[in-house]
Amino acid sequence: MSPNLLAIFYLISGILFILALRGLSSPETSRQGNLFGIIGMAIAIIVTFIAAGNFSTGFLYLLIFLLIGGSLGAFIAFRIPMTAMPELVAGFHSLVGLAAVFVAISAFLNPEVFNLGSVGNIKIASLIEMSLGASIGAITFSGSIIAFLKLRGIMSGNPITFKGQHYLNLLLVLSIIVLIFYLCKIQSDNFFWLIIVISFLLGFLLIIPIGGADMPVVISMLNSYSGWAAAGIGFTLENTALIITGALVGSSGAILSYIMCKGMNRSFFSVILGGFGGTDQSSSGESKEQKPVKSGNADDAAFLMKNASSVIIVPGYGMAVAQAQHALREMVDVLKKNGVKVSYAIHPVAGRMPGHMNVLLAEANVPYDEVFELEEINNDFANCDVAYVIGANDVTNPAAKSDPKSPIYGMPILDVEKSKSVLFVKRSLSPGYAGIDNDLFYRENTLMLFADAKKMTETITKNL
Amino acid sequence: MEIDPFIFRLSIFILSIFIGYYVVWSVTPSLHTPLMSVTNAISSVIIVGAIIASLAGDSETIFNAANIFGFLAIVLAAVNIFGGFLVTQRMLAMYKKKKKIK
Repeated sequence: MSPNLLAIFYLISGILFILALRGLSSPETSRQGNLFGIIGMAIAIIVTFIAAGNFSTGFLYLLIFLLIGGSLGAFIAFRIPMTAMPELVAGFHSLVGLAAVFVAISAFLNPEVFNLGSVGNIKIASLIEMSLGASIGAITFSGSIIAFLKLRGIMSGNPITFKGQHYLNLLLVLSIIVLIFYLCKIQSDNFFWLIIVISFLLGFLLIIPIGGADMPVVISMLNSYSGWAAAGIGFTLENTALIITGALVGSSGAILSYIMCKGMNRSFFSVILGGFGGTDQSSSGESKEQKPVKSGNADDAAFLMKNASSVIIVPGYGMAVAQAQHALREMVDVLKKNGVKVSYAIHPVAGRMPGHMNVLLAEANVPYDEVFELEEINNDFANCDVAYVIGANDVTNPAAKSDPKSPIYGMPILDVEKSKSVLFVKRSLSPGYAGIDNDLFYRENTLMLFADAKKMTETITKNL
Repeated sequence: MEIDPFIFRLSIFILSIFIGYYVVWSVTPSLHTPLMSVTNAISSVIIVGAIIASLAGDSETIFNAANIFGFLAIVLAAVNIFGGFLVTQRMLAMYKKKKKIK
Protein backbone atom coordinates (compact mmCIF):
# COMPACT_ATOMS: atom_id res chain seq x y z
CA MET A 1 0.00 0.00 0.00
CA SER A 2 1.39 3.38 -0.95
CA PRO A 3 2.11 5.78 1.92
CA ASN A 4 -0.32 8.29 0.45
CA LEU A 5 -3.20 5.81 0.40
CA LEU A 6 -2.27 4.77 3.91
CA ALA A 7 -2.38 8.39 5.06
CA ILE A 8 -5.85 8.78 3.55
CA PHE A 9 -7.10 5.76 5.46
CA TYR A 10 -5.69 7.19 8.68
CA LEU A 11 -7.45 10.45 7.90
CA ILE A 12 -10.72 8.55 7.47
CA SER A 13 -10.36 6.88 10.82
CA GLY A 14 -9.56 10.26 12.36
CA ILE A 15 -12.80 11.63 10.91
CA LEU A 16 -14.74 8.63 12.21
CA PHE A 17 -13.37 9.35 15.68
CA ILE A 18 -14.59 12.93 15.43
CA LEU A 19 -18.04 11.58 14.51
CA ALA A 20 -17.87 9.21 17.48
CA LEU A 21 -17.57 12.15 19.83
CA ARG A 22 -20.13 14.15 17.88
CA GLY A 23 -22.65 11.35 18.40
CA LEU A 24 -22.50 11.91 22.14
CA SER A 25 -24.38 15.19 21.82
CA SER A 26 -27.57 13.22 22.45
CA PRO A 27 -28.32 9.75 23.77
CA GLU A 28 -30.19 8.84 20.56
CA THR A 29 -27.19 9.37 18.30
CA SER A 30 -24.62 8.14 20.80
CA ARG A 31 -24.82 4.45 19.98
CA GLN A 32 -24.29 5.17 16.31
CA GLY A 33 -21.34 7.37 17.30
CA ASN A 34 -19.75 4.53 19.20
CA LEU A 35 -20.12 2.35 16.12
CA PHE A 36 -18.27 4.98 14.06
CA GLY A 37 -15.49 4.86 16.63
CA ILE A 38 -15.24 1.08 16.33
CA ILE A 39 -15.15 1.23 12.53
CA GLY A 40 -12.48 3.93 12.66
CA MET A 41 -10.36 1.79 14.94
CA ALA A 42 -10.82 -1.30 12.75
CA ILE A 43 -9.75 0.63 9.65
CA ALA A 44 -6.64 1.99 11.37
CA ILE A 45 -5.59 -1.46 12.59
CA ILE A 46 -6.29 -3.32 9.33
CA VAL A 47 -4.51 -0.86 7.05
CA THR A 48 -1.51 -0.90 9.37
CA PHE A 49 -1.36 -4.69 9.04
CA ILE A 50 -1.59 -4.50 5.27
CA ALA A 51 1.00 -1.74 5.05
CA ALA A 52 3.43 -3.67 7.25
CA GLY A 53 2.88 -6.61 4.88
CA ASN A 54 4.74 -8.93 7.18
CA PHE A 55 2.70 -12.01 7.89
CA SER A 56 5.52 -14.12 9.31
CA THR A 57 5.94 -15.56 12.80
CA GLY A 58 5.79 -12.09 14.29
CA PHE A 59 2.28 -11.65 12.96
CA LEU A 60 1.14 -14.80 14.72
CA TYR A 61 2.53 -13.57 18.03
CA LEU A 62 0.90 -10.23 17.42
CA LEU A 63 -2.49 -11.84 16.95
CA ILE A 64 -2.03 -13.83 20.13
CA PHE A 65 -1.18 -10.70 22.11
CA LEU A 66 -4.06 -8.84 20.52
CA LEU A 67 -6.38 -11.66 21.50
CA ILE A 68 -5.10 -11.76 25.08
CA GLY A 69 -5.50 -8.02 25.53
CA GLY A 70 -8.82 -7.94 23.73
CA SER A 71 -10.43 -10.72 25.71
CA LEU A 72 -9.14 -9.25 28.95
CA GLY A 73 -10.64 -5.89 27.98
CA ALA A 74 -13.94 -7.45 26.93
CA PHE A 75 -14.10 -9.48 30.14
CA ILE A 76 -13.58 -6.36 32.25
CA ALA A 77 -16.09 -4.35 30.21
CA PHE A 78 -18.86 -6.91 30.77
CA ARG A 79 -18.14 -7.64 34.40
CA ILE A 80 -17.48 -4.20 35.83
CA PRO A 81 -20.32 -2.81 37.98
CA MET A 82 -21.43 0.68 36.97
CA THR A 83 -20.52 2.07 40.38
CA ALA A 84 -16.89 1.18 39.68
CA MET A 85 -16.78 3.24 36.50
CA PRO A 86 -14.48 5.97 37.88
CA GLU A 87 -11.74 3.55 38.82
CA LEU A 88 -12.18 1.66 35.56
CA VAL A 89 -11.63 4.85 33.57
CA ALA A 90 -8.61 5.72 35.71
CA GLY A 91 -7.25 2.24 35.10
CA PHE A 92 -7.77 2.55 31.35
CA HIS A 93 -5.96 5.89 31.34
CA SER A 94 -2.97 4.29 32.97
CA LEU A 95 -2.87 1.68 30.19
CA VAL A 96 -2.94 4.31 27.44
CA GLY A 97 -0.11 6.12 29.22
CA LEU A 98 2.00 3.01 29.53
CA ALA A 99 1.32 1.98 25.93
CA ALA A 100 2.55 5.41 24.83
CA VAL A 101 5.73 4.92 26.86
CA PHE A 102 6.30 1.47 25.33
CA VAL A 103 5.77 2.68 21.76
CA ALA A 104 8.16 5.57 22.39
CA ILE A 105 10.74 3.12 23.73
CA SER A 106 10.43 0.87 20.67
CA ALA A 107 10.77 3.88 18.41
CA PHE A 108 13.86 4.96 20.31
CA LEU A 109 15.45 1.50 20.18
CA ASN A 110 14.59 0.80 16.56
CA PRO A 111 14.19 4.16 14.79
CA GLU A 112 14.78 2.73 11.30
CA VAL A 113 11.36 1.07 11.20
CA PHE A 114 9.65 4.40 11.72
CA ASN A 115 11.96 6.31 9.34
CA LEU A 116 13.33 8.44 12.13
CA GLY A 117 17.02 7.98 11.36
CA SER A 118 19.30 5.40 12.94
CA VAL A 119 20.26 4.51 16.50
CA GLY A 120 22.37 7.30 17.96
CA ASN A 121 21.43 9.51 15.04
CA ILE A 122 17.70 10.11 15.39
CA LYS A 123 16.18 13.27 13.94
CA ILE A 124 16.11 16.02 16.57
CA ALA A 125 12.41 16.79 16.00
CA SER A 126 11.52 13.10 16.42
CA LEU A 127 13.57 12.89 19.59
CA ILE A 128 11.73 15.83 21.12
CA GLU A 129 8.37 14.41 20.05
CA MET A 130 9.03 10.91 21.35
CA SER A 131 10.49 12.07 24.64
CA LEU A 132 7.54 14.38 25.20
CA GLY A 133 5.16 11.52 24.33
CA ALA A 134 7.01 9.15 26.63
CA SER A 135 7.19 11.68 29.43
CA ILE A 136 3.50 12.65 29.33
CA GLY A 137 2.62 8.98 28.93
CA ALA A 138 4.63 8.07 32.02
CA ILE A 139 3.02 10.88 34.03
CA THR A 140 -0.40 9.65 32.90
CA PHE A 141 0.47 6.11 33.89
CA SER A 142 1.70 6.67 37.43
CA GLY A 143 -0.82 9.46 38.08
CA SER A 144 -3.70 7.24 36.98
CA ILE A 145 -2.45 4.39 39.14
CA ILE A 146 -2.63 6.67 42.18
CA ALA A 147 -6.07 7.92 41.11
CA PHE A 148 -7.18 4.31 40.67
CA LEU A 149 -5.92 3.31 44.14
CA LYS A 150 -7.63 6.30 45.74
CA LEU A 151 -10.93 5.69 43.95
CA ARG A 152 -10.85 1.99 44.71
CA GLY A 153 -10.29 2.80 48.37
CA ILE A 154 -7.03 0.84 48.52
CA MET A 155 -5.28 4.10 49.25
CA SER A 156 -6.82 6.71 51.53
CA GLY A 157 -8.54 9.55 49.72
CA ASN A 158 -6.91 12.04 52.05
CA PRO A 159 -4.44 14.35 50.41
CA ILE A 160 -0.82 13.58 51.17
CA THR A 161 1.18 16.77 51.46
CA PHE A 162 4.65 17.63 52.63
CA LYS A 163 6.81 20.70 52.75
CA GLY A 164 8.40 21.84 49.52
CA GLN A 165 6.20 19.50 47.49
CA HIS A 166 5.49 22.02 44.75
CA TYR A 167 9.15 23.02 44.48
CA LEU A 168 10.11 19.39 44.14
CA ASN A 169 7.58 18.94 41.32
CA LEU A 170 8.82 22.08 39.61
CA LEU A 171 12.38 20.81 39.92
CA LEU A 172 11.36 17.50 38.32
CA VAL A 173 9.66 19.28 35.40
CA LEU A 174 12.73 21.42 34.83
CA SER A 175 15.02 18.41 34.98
CA ILE A 176 12.88 16.63 32.36
CA ILE A 177 13.27 19.64 30.06
CA VAL A 178 17.04 19.78 30.63
CA LEU A 179 17.32 16.03 30.00
CA ILE A 180 15.40 16.30 26.73
CA PHE A 181 17.79 19.05 25.70
CA TYR A 182 20.83 16.87 26.44
CA LEU A 183 19.21 13.85 24.83
CA CYS A 184 19.00 15.82 21.59
CA LYS A 185 22.62 16.86 21.91
CA ILE A 186 24.26 13.59 22.89
CA GLN A 187 21.60 10.93 22.15
CA SER A 188 22.67 8.76 25.03
CA ASP A 189 20.20 6.03 26.11
CA ASN A 190 20.67 6.96 29.73
CA PHE A 191 19.06 10.34 29.29
CA PHE A 192 16.04 8.74 27.68
CA TRP A 193 15.58 6.20 30.50
CA LEU A 194 16.07 8.93 33.08
CA ILE A 195 13.37 11.07 31.47
CA ILE A 196 10.93 8.16 31.76
CA VAL A 197 11.84 7.39 35.37
CA ILE A 198 11.54 11.01 36.47
CA SER A 199 8.20 11.29 34.69
CA PHE A 200 6.87 8.24 36.52
CA LEU A 201 7.91 9.87 39.78
CA LEU A 202 6.35 13.18 38.77
CA GLY A 203 2.99 11.60 37.92
CA PHE A 204 2.96 9.91 41.32
CA LEU A 205 3.84 13.13 43.17
CA LEU A 206 1.33 15.20 41.21
CA ILE A 207 -1.67 13.12 42.25
CA ILE A 208 -0.95 12.15 45.87
CA PRO A 209 -1.78 15.63 47.26
CA ILE A 210 -5.21 15.67 45.62
CA GLY A 211 -8.14 14.61 47.78
CA GLY A 212 -10.94 12.17 47.04
CA ALA A 213 -13.67 14.57 46.01
CA ASP A 214 -11.39 16.42 43.61
CA MET A 215 -11.16 13.18 41.65
CA PRO A 216 -13.56 14.37 38.92
CA VAL A 217 -10.97 17.00 38.01
CA VAL A 218 -8.08 14.56 38.29
CA ILE A 219 -9.69 11.94 36.06
CA SER A 220 -10.54 14.53 33.43
CA MET A 221 -7.05 15.92 33.63
CA LEU A 222 -5.45 12.51 33.19
CA ASN A 223 -7.84 11.93 30.29
CA SER A 224 -6.41 15.06 28.73
CA TYR A 225 -2.81 13.98 29.40
CA SER A 226 -3.37 10.62 27.77
CA GLY A 227 -4.50 12.52 24.68
CA TRP A 228 -1.44 14.74 24.58
CA ALA A 229 0.78 11.70 25.02
CA ALA A 230 -0.93 10.02 22.06
CA ALA A 231 -0.50 13.17 19.99
CA GLY A 232 3.22 13.31 20.86
CA ILE A 233 3.61 9.74 19.62
CA GLY A 234 1.49 10.62 16.59
CA PHE A 235 3.99 13.31 15.63
CA THR A 236 6.85 10.86 16.06
CA LEU A 237 5.21 8.23 13.89
CA GLU A 238 3.90 10.87 11.48
CA ASN A 239 0.47 9.33 11.81
CA THR A 240 -2.56 11.53 11.13
CA ALA A 241 -5.07 9.31 12.93
CA LEU A 242 -3.01 9.47 16.08
CA ILE A 243 -2.48 13.24 15.86
CA ILE A 244 -6.19 13.92 15.32
CA THR A 245 -7.20 11.56 18.11
CA GLY A 246 -4.63 12.94 20.49
CA ALA A 247 -5.86 16.47 19.90
CA LEU A 248 -9.51 15.43 20.33
CA VAL A 249 -8.89 13.53 23.55
CA GLY A 250 -6.58 16.22 24.87
CA SER A 251 -9.10 18.98 24.39
CA SER A 252 -11.95 16.78 25.61
CA GLY A 253 -10.20 16.12 28.91
CA ALA A 254 -9.27 19.77 29.25
CA ILE A 255 -12.87 20.89 28.77
CA LEU A 256 -14.13 18.34 31.28
CA SER A 257 -11.57 19.53 33.82
CA TYR A 258 -12.73 23.08 33.24
CA ILE A 259 -16.40 22.13 33.72
CA MET A 260 -15.56 20.26 36.92
CA CYS A 261 -13.51 23.15 38.31
CA LYS A 262 -16.33 25.55 37.55
CA GLY A 263 -18.75 23.20 39.31
CA MET A 264 -16.67 23.62 42.44
CA ASN A 265 -15.82 27.28 41.86
CA ARG A 266 -12.14 26.49 42.19
CA SER A 267 -9.30 27.38 39.94
CA PHE A 268 -7.60 24.59 38.09
CA PHE A 269 -4.35 25.41 39.85
CA SER A 270 -5.78 25.18 43.33
CA VAL A 271 -7.01 21.67 42.51
CA ILE A 272 -3.68 20.63 41.00
CA LEU A 273 -1.73 22.00 43.93
CA GLY A 274 -4.02 19.90 46.07
CA GLY A 275 -4.31 19.60 49.82
CA PHE A 276 -7.98 20.63 49.88
CA GLY A 277 -10.19 18.99 52.48
CA GLY A 278 -7.24 17.79 54.51
CA THR A 279 -7.12 17.20 58.23
CA ASP A 280 -5.82 20.72 58.84
CA GLN A 281 -9.28 22.00 58.07
CA SER A 282 -10.86 20.15 60.95
CA SER A 283 -9.88 23.08 63.18
CA SER A 284 -13.25 24.60 62.34
CA GLY A 285 -14.79 21.67 64.18
CA GLU A 286 -13.93 22.94 67.64
CA SER A 287 -16.82 25.40 67.69
CA LYS A 288 -19.21 22.51 67.44
CA GLU A 289 -22.20 23.57 69.41
CA GLN A 290 -25.13 21.28 69.83
CA LYS A 291 -27.76 22.50 67.46
CA PRO A 292 -31.16 20.91 67.42
CA VAL A 293 -31.72 18.47 64.60
CA LYS A 294 -35.00 16.96 63.58
CA SER A 295 -34.55 13.35 62.76
CA GLY A 296 -37.23 11.13 61.39
CA ASN A 297 -37.87 7.60 60.25
CA ALA A 298 -39.01 6.01 57.04
CA ASP A 299 -42.63 6.36 58.06
CA ASP A 300 -42.43 10.14 58.29
CA ALA A 301 -40.58 10.32 55.00
CA ALA A 302 -43.12 8.14 53.25
CA PHE A 303 -45.96 10.25 54.62
CA LEU A 304 -44.34 13.48 53.44
CA MET A 305 -43.65 12.20 49.97
CA LYS A 306 -47.00 10.54 49.47
CA ASN A 307 -48.75 13.81 50.16
CA ALA A 308 -46.42 15.86 47.98
CA SER A 309 -47.32 16.84 44.47
CA SER A 310 -43.73 17.16 43.32
CA VAL A 311 -40.49 15.60 44.55
CA ILE A 312 -36.94 16.35 43.40
CA ILE A 313 -34.27 13.79 44.06
CA VAL A 314 -30.70 14.94 44.63
CA PRO A 315 -28.27 12.03 44.37
CA GLY A 316 -24.62 12.22 45.37
CA TYR A 317 -21.60 10.05 45.87
CA GLY A 318 -23.24 8.38 48.88
CA MET A 319 -25.84 6.85 46.56
CA ALA A 320 -23.06 5.25 44.55
CA VAL A 321 -21.35 3.93 47.67
CA ALA A 322 -24.58 2.42 48.99
CA GLN A 323 -25.55 1.14 45.49
CA ALA A 324 -28.94 2.66 46.15
CA GLN A 325 -29.87 3.58 42.57
CA HIS A 326 -32.15 0.59 41.98
CA ALA A 327 -33.90 0.98 45.33
CA LEU A 328 -34.34 4.64 44.50
CA ARG A 329 -35.98 3.89 41.16
CA GLU A 330 -38.39 1.47 42.83
CA MET A 331 -39.35 4.15 45.33
CA VAL A 332 -39.92 6.63 42.51
CA ASP A 333 -42.08 4.10 40.66
CA VAL A 334 -44.40 3.85 43.65
CA LEU A 335 -44.48 7.62 44.01
CA LYS A 336 -45.35 8.05 40.36
CA LYS A 337 -48.17 5.57 40.71
CA ASN A 338 -49.51 7.82 43.45
CA GLY A 339 -49.48 10.74 41.05
CA VAL A 340 -46.39 12.46 42.42
CA LYS A 341 -44.25 14.31 39.89
CA VAL A 342 -40.64 13.20 40.33
CA SER A 343 -37.47 14.56 38.76
CA TYR A 344 -33.77 14.19 39.46
CA ALA A 345 -31.29 17.03 39.94
CA ILE A 346 -27.63 16.40 39.22
CA HIS A 347 -24.86 18.70 40.34
CA PRO A 348 -21.91 18.85 37.90
CA VAL A 349 -19.48 17.46 40.48
CA ALA A 350 -21.78 14.93 42.12
CA GLY A 351 -19.93 11.64 42.34
CA ARG A 352 -16.37 10.87 41.48
CA MET A 353 -16.26 11.55 37.77
CA PRO A 354 -18.12 13.68 35.21
CA GLY A 355 -21.54 12.20 34.53
CA HIS A 356 -21.16 9.54 37.24
CA MET A 357 -24.70 9.96 38.63
CA ASN A 358 -26.29 9.95 35.18
CA VAL A 359 -24.80 6.57 34.37
CA LEU A 360 -25.96 5.07 37.66
CA LEU A 361 -29.50 6.36 37.17
CA ALA A 362 -29.50 5.11 33.61
CA GLU A 363 -28.40 1.72 34.92
CA ALA A 364 -31.41 1.70 37.22
CA ASN A 365 -33.66 2.35 34.19
CA VAL A 366 -34.38 5.96 35.03
CA PRO A 367 -35.36 7.63 31.74
CA TYR A 368 -32.79 10.29 30.90
CA ASP A 369 -35.44 12.92 30.25
CA GLU A 370 -36.35 12.89 33.93
CA VAL A 371 -32.77 13.75 34.90
CA PHE A 372 -31.81 17.41 34.89
CA GLU A 373 -28.63 19.43 35.22
CA LEU A 374 -28.19 22.17 37.76
CA GLU A 375 -29.13 25.12 35.53
CA GLU A 376 -32.18 23.36 34.16
CA ILE A 377 -33.78 22.48 37.45
CA ASN A 378 -32.53 24.92 40.06
CA ASN A 379 -35.54 27.22 39.79
CA ASP A 380 -37.92 24.32 40.32
CA PHE A 381 -36.88 23.77 43.93
CA ALA A 382 -38.94 26.80 44.97
CA ASN A 383 -42.11 25.07 43.74
CA CYS A 384 -41.29 21.60 44.94
CA ASP A 385 -42.77 19.99 48.03
CA VAL A 386 -40.05 17.56 48.99
CA ALA A 387 -36.36 17.42 48.09
CA TYR A 388 -34.96 13.97 48.73
CA VAL A 389 -31.20 14.31 49.18
CA ILE A 390 -29.55 10.94 48.96
CA GLY A 391 -25.82 10.80 49.54
CA ALA A 392 -25.13 14.41 48.60
CA ASN A 393 -24.02 17.09 51.02
CA ASP A 394 -21.67 19.92 50.06
CA VAL A 395 -23.46 20.55 46.77
CA THR A 396 -26.57 21.56 48.73
CA ASN A 397 -24.85 23.69 51.37
CA PRO A 398 -26.34 27.19 51.44
CA ALA A 399 -23.10 28.46 53.01
CA ALA A 400 -21.73 28.52 49.46
CA LYS A 401 -24.02 31.48 48.86
CA SER A 402 -24.24 33.20 52.21
CA ASP A 403 -20.94 32.73 54.01
CA PRO A 404 -17.94 34.37 52.30
CA LYS A 405 -15.63 32.69 54.83
CA SER A 406 -16.72 29.21 53.87
CA PRO A 407 -14.20 27.21 51.84
CA ILE A 408 -16.89 26.41 49.31
CA TYR A 409 -18.13 30.01 49.02
CA GLY A 410 -19.09 30.81 45.44
CA MET A 411 -19.61 27.21 44.42
CA PRO A 412 -22.84 26.78 42.48
CA ILE A 413 -25.23 24.75 44.60
CA LEU A 414 -28.58 23.09 44.16
CA ASP A 415 -31.16 25.30 45.90
CA VAL A 416 -32.52 22.45 47.98
CA GLU A 417 -33.21 24.89 50.84
CA LYS A 418 -35.99 26.53 48.84
CA SER A 419 -38.18 23.46 48.70
CA LYS A 420 -40.98 23.14 51.26
CA SER A 421 -39.33 20.28 53.08
CA VAL A 422 -36.01 18.54 52.76
CA LEU A 423 -35.31 14.89 53.47
CA PHE A 424 -31.65 14.16 54.06
CA VAL A 425 -30.59 10.52 53.90
CA LYS A 426 -27.25 10.32 55.62
CA ARG A 427 -25.42 7.97 57.95
CA SER A 428 -24.53 10.66 60.49
CA LEU A 429 -24.22 14.39 60.95
CA SER A 430 -20.58 14.28 59.92
CA PRO A 431 -19.53 17.04 57.59
CA GLY A 432 -18.98 16.33 53.92
CA TYR A 433 -15.79 16.25 52.00
CA ALA A 434 -15.03 19.95 52.34
CA GLY A 435 -14.95 19.43 56.09
CA ILE A 436 -17.65 21.99 56.77
CA ASP A 437 -20.95 21.81 58.50
CA ASN A 438 -24.10 21.98 56.43
CA ASP A 439 -26.54 24.57 57.73
CA LEU A 440 -29.34 22.76 56.06
CA PHE A 441 -29.26 19.97 58.65
CA TYR A 442 -30.56 22.32 61.32
CA ARG A 443 -33.32 24.02 59.38
CA GLU A 444 -36.91 23.92 60.52
CA ASN A 445 -38.08 22.20 57.34
CA THR A 446 -35.35 19.58 57.23
CA LEU A 447 -35.87 16.03 58.33
CA MET A 448 -32.74 13.93 58.78
CA LEU A 449 -33.01 10.25 58.00
CA PHE A 450 -30.04 8.60 59.62
CA ALA A 451 -29.47 5.32 57.84
CA ASP A 452 -27.79 3.59 54.97
CA ALA A 453 -29.09 5.16 51.77
CA LYS A 454 -30.21 1.89 50.26
CA LYS A 455 -31.90 0.47 53.35
CA MET A 456 -33.69 3.74 54.07
CA THR A 457 -34.97 4.02 50.51
CA GLU A 458 -36.20 0.43 50.58
CA THR A 459 -38.00 0.96 53.88
CA ILE A 460 -39.65 4.11 52.58
CA THR A 461 -40.89 2.19 49.58
CA LYS A 462 -42.47 -0.40 51.87
CA ASN A 463 -44.20 2.35 53.84
CA LEU A 464 -45.59 4.15 50.84
CA MET B 1 11.96 26.92 0.09
CA GLU B 2 9.68 23.99 0.71
CA ILE B 3 7.47 23.75 3.73
CA ASP B 4 8.54 21.19 6.29
CA PRO B 5 5.95 18.36 6.52
CA PHE B 6 6.04 18.91 10.26
CA ILE B 7 4.15 22.16 9.69
CA PHE B 8 1.35 20.24 7.96
CA ARG B 9 1.10 17.86 10.87
CA LEU B 10 1.11 20.76 13.27
CA SER B 11 -1.74 22.34 11.29
CA ILE B 12 -3.74 19.11 11.52
CA PHE B 13 -3.04 19.00 15.22
CA ILE B 14 -4.10 22.59 15.92
CA LEU B 15 -7.23 22.33 13.78
CA SER B 16 -8.16 19.07 15.50
CA ILE B 17 -7.89 20.78 18.87
CA PHE B 18 -10.44 23.31 17.63
CA ILE B 19 -12.71 20.56 16.33
CA GLY B 20 -12.36 18.78 19.66
CA TYR B 21 -13.21 21.97 21.50
CA TYR B 22 -16.48 22.53 19.66
CA VAL B 23 -17.48 18.89 19.48
CA VAL B 24 -16.91 18.25 23.16
CA TRP B 25 -18.79 21.36 24.27
CA SER B 26 -21.83 20.01 22.45
CA VAL B 27 -21.70 16.71 24.34
CA THR B 28 -24.60 16.56 26.75
CA PRO B 29 -23.44 16.52 30.40
CA SER B 30 -25.35 13.33 31.11
CA LEU B 31 -23.04 11.52 28.68
CA HIS B 32 -19.78 12.75 30.17
CA THR B 33 -18.88 9.34 31.57
CA PRO B 34 -19.31 7.56 28.21
CA LEU B 35 -17.34 10.44 26.69
CA MET B 36 -14.41 9.60 28.91
CA SER B 37 -14.56 5.89 28.19
CA VAL B 38 -14.84 6.40 24.44
CA THR B 39 -11.99 8.91 24.33
CA ASN B 40 -10.04 6.29 26.19
CA ALA B 41 -10.81 3.73 23.55
CA ILE B 42 -9.96 5.94 20.60
CA SER B 43 -6.69 7.18 22.08
CA SER B 44 -5.62 3.56 21.98
CA VAL B 45 -5.24 3.97 18.23
CA ILE B 46 -1.65 4.26 19.44
CA ILE B 47 -1.76 0.52 18.76
CA VAL B 48 -0.77 1.29 15.15
CA GLY B 49 2.66 2.32 16.45
CA ALA B 50 2.86 -0.86 18.46
CA ILE B 51 1.96 -2.97 15.41
CA ILE B 52 4.68 -1.37 13.31
CA ALA B 53 7.21 -1.83 16.10
CA SER B 54 6.38 -5.45 16.76
CA LEU B 55 6.32 -6.52 13.10
CA ALA B 56 9.70 -4.95 12.37
CA GLY B 57 12.38 -7.25 11.01
CA ASP B 58 12.07 -10.96 10.34
CA SER B 59 11.39 -13.99 12.53
CA GLU B 60 14.87 -13.78 14.05
CA THR B 61 14.42 -10.30 15.40
CA ILE B 62 10.93 -10.63 16.85
CA PHE B 63 12.35 -11.02 20.32
CA ASN B 64 14.48 -7.91 20.15
CA ALA B 65 13.82 -5.39 22.88
CA ALA B 66 12.11 -2.97 20.48
CA ASN B 67 9.72 -5.68 19.27
CA ILE B 68 8.97 -6.88 22.77
CA PHE B 69 7.99 -3.38 23.87
CA GLY B 70 5.77 -3.31 20.80
CA PHE B 71 4.06 -6.54 21.84
CA LEU B 72 3.55 -5.25 25.38
CA ALA B 73 2.04 -2.06 24.01
CA ILE B 74 -0.30 -4.16 21.86
CA VAL B 75 -1.63 -6.00 24.90
CA LEU B 76 -2.23 -2.76 26.80
CA ALA B 77 -3.83 -0.97 23.86
CA ALA B 78 -5.99 -4.00 23.05
CA VAL B 79 -7.35 -4.08 26.61
CA ASN B 80 -8.27 -0.46 26.17
CA ILE B 81 -9.77 -0.72 22.71
CA PHE B 82 -12.02 -3.66 23.51
CA GLY B 83 -12.69 -2.63 27.09
CA GLY B 84 -13.30 1.01 26.19
CA PHE B 85 -15.67 0.50 23.28
CA LEU B 86 -17.60 -2.33 24.92
CA VAL B 87 -18.09 -0.57 28.22
CA THR B 88 -19.22 2.54 26.35
CA GLN B 89 -21.66 0.41 24.39
CA ARG B 90 -22.92 -1.10 27.62
CA MET B 91 -23.44 2.30 29.20
CA LEU B 92 -25.10 3.87 26.18
CA ALA B 93 -27.51 0.96 25.91
CA MET B 94 -28.86 1.92 29.33
CA TYR B 95 -29.88 5.45 28.40
CA LYS B 96 -33.58 5.21 27.66
CA LYS B 97 -36.33 7.69 27.12
CA LYS B 98 -39.53 7.75 29.09
CA LYS B 99 -41.96 5.14 27.85
CA LYS B 100 -44.94 6.70 26.12
CA ILE B 101 -47.38 4.10 27.41
CA LYS B 102 -49.35 4.99 30.56
